[in-house]
Amino acid sequence: MKPGPFVHHAPTTVDEAVAVLGEVGHDGKVLAGGQSLIPVLSMRLATPGHLVDINGVAGLDAVHVTDTAVRIGALVRHAGLEQHDEAATALPLLRQALRNVAHPAIRNRGTTVGSIAHADPAGEMPSVLVLTDGVLEAVGPGGRREIAATDFFLGPLETTLAEDELVEAVRFTRFAPATRTAFLESSRRHGDYALAGVAVAVDVADGVVVGARAGFVSVTPVPSVLDLTPVLGGWDAGAPVPDEVTDAVREFVDPEGDIHATADYRRMLAAELTRRALATATQPTPAADPASTTAHESVA
Amino acid sequence: MSEQTTDTPPEQLLRISLRVNGVTRTASAPARRLLSDFLRHDLGLTGTHVGCEHGVCGACTVLVDGQPVRACLMFAVSAQRHEVTTIEGIGNDPENLSPVQQAFTECHALQCGFCTPGFVTTITAYLEDNPDPTPEQAREAISGNLCRCTGYQNIVSAVCRAAEIRRDRSDRTEIDQLVDLGTPDGEGGSRA
Ligand SMILES: Cc1cc2nc3c(=O)[nH]c(=O)nc-3n(C[C@H](O)[C@H](O)[C@H](O)COP(=O)(O)OP(=O)(O)OC[C@H]3O[C@@H](n4cnc5c(N)ncnc54)[C@H](O)[C@@H]3O)c2cc1C
Ligand code: FES
Ligand code: FES
Repeated sequence: MKPGPFVHHAPTTVDEAVAVLGEVGHDGKVLAGGQSLIPVLSMRLATPGHLVDINGVAGLDAVHVTDTAVRIGALVRHAGLEQHDEAATALPLLRQALRNVAHPAIRNRGTTVGSIAHADPAGEMPSVLVLTDGVLEAVGPGGRREIAATDFFLGPLETTLAEDELVEAVRFTRFAPATRTAFLESSRRHGDYALAGVAVAVDVADGVVVGARAGFVSVTPVPSVLDLTPVLGGWDAGAPVPDEVTDAVREFVDPEGDIHATADYRRMLAAELTRRALATATQPTPAADPASTTAHESVA
Repeated sequence: MSEQTTDTPPEQLLRISLRVNGVTRTASAPARRLLSDFLRHDLGLTGTHVGCEHGVCGACTVLVDGQPVRACLMFAVSAQRHEVTTIEGIGNDPENLSPVQQAFTECHALQCGFCTPGFVTTITAYLEDNPDPTPEQAREAISGNLCRCTGYQNIVSAVCRAAEIRRDRSDRTEIDQLVDLGTPDGEGGSRA
């Protein structure tokens, strides 16, 4: 359970980091919070010869809230973003989801951008990025480019990022001010990876749903969004969530079974969590605390 | 140098200087040395325990700049710019236990003690931010740490008791300070 030998690089600028990545090619790996990479190295599932530790790179730890997006740099820790009040007000879904990412000790080191670059379908933040139609800002030896979140994920732990590219920041697009969101997941122990999870965004006008979308955690091979507007459009937001929704979710998700839960059970969880998340998001009185619709659900 | 015959990269040895428990310590170690191993093997601070080595059990939890982190998920070289506090820094004197250590003894919150350093560091940092947790919150606060002796009920009690002891001691410190103001030789502030 120890990592193999590597050369540690400590660049202080993005250009330096990218130059090293370009030099070492496939033998190099970016080290951000290390909360996913170090277990992989310790188990010798990967033995890169070079680690490009970006923790000393200046300027990567900022959160910027604009009229249209919340932009977070590659060194913003999960805990830092979770505690960022301006970000939570602009996009309540961030805090709603982050409270479910691992345990505090892991959120203190792990970065939100790292979890997106890592592309684990059990991660919360990749799904949130896709649900908001977010964008990744990548930089490589050839310069900078933007990647739409929907074009980024290819499969579990597989993305369209080149080996010599660094994700400098991601931008979560803000919803319209009236959009209501909720995040729910079920895990065996609070802070563990979700057996299933869902983020929902609902638009209500005059008490009637005019738009609804759901993004899933742990039940699809890549983060993907289900547009529920065709089944929910015109629904009275105060009424019980119709069965058509749970049917649509069961149809859409594609879970795998493991020792903790069968595929059927995860499918049931995803459908039930979506029903509850929609009910939470459409509750008539908006909550004062932007994160108060967060809940850690246990579905028996 | 003779021709390299394997792909194995050469070991990169570094001189690593770390501020631990307020003291700067330096040792030479490979770049791949985990912080947990650096503390235990290179600095002889064996209070930090190592269980799973992949972030799940919490036994290796130390404070970095006051925040709990997994020492097994950080390289020692990355800890250099930071202030590290281990269980030894929280309390190393049986006569003068920290509030959390005191609460653990009172509530029988340790059995074999293997998980204890990780719980104590985690709870110490938690109470800084949440000085008055409910038992339900206490339960969630320790959810990232595993006790193989399954002493959870008593550990939850210890979190709540530690909160009480902290409040009690800070009240007493305030009284001591008032007493200090009135005593010319200023000896009123010590408490064993
Ligand atoms: C016990 C445990 C439980 C966890 N539970 C959860 C959970 O419930 N939900 C969840 O989402 N996550 C969970 N995590 C993972 C955690 O959220 C990590 O923070 C995250 O997956 C990776 O972020 P990091 O900064 O630590 O990245 P690292 O571990 O440093 O890197 C991960 C990967 O991403 C690459 N990478 C990182 N940053 C960049 C960048 N800027 N540009 C290009 N590539 C980059 C690295 O090269 C590496 O391949 C858990 C981890 C542990 C140890
Ligand atoms: S040894 Fe570090 S978390 Fe288990
Ligand atoms: S007291 Fe034995 S592992 Fe917790």
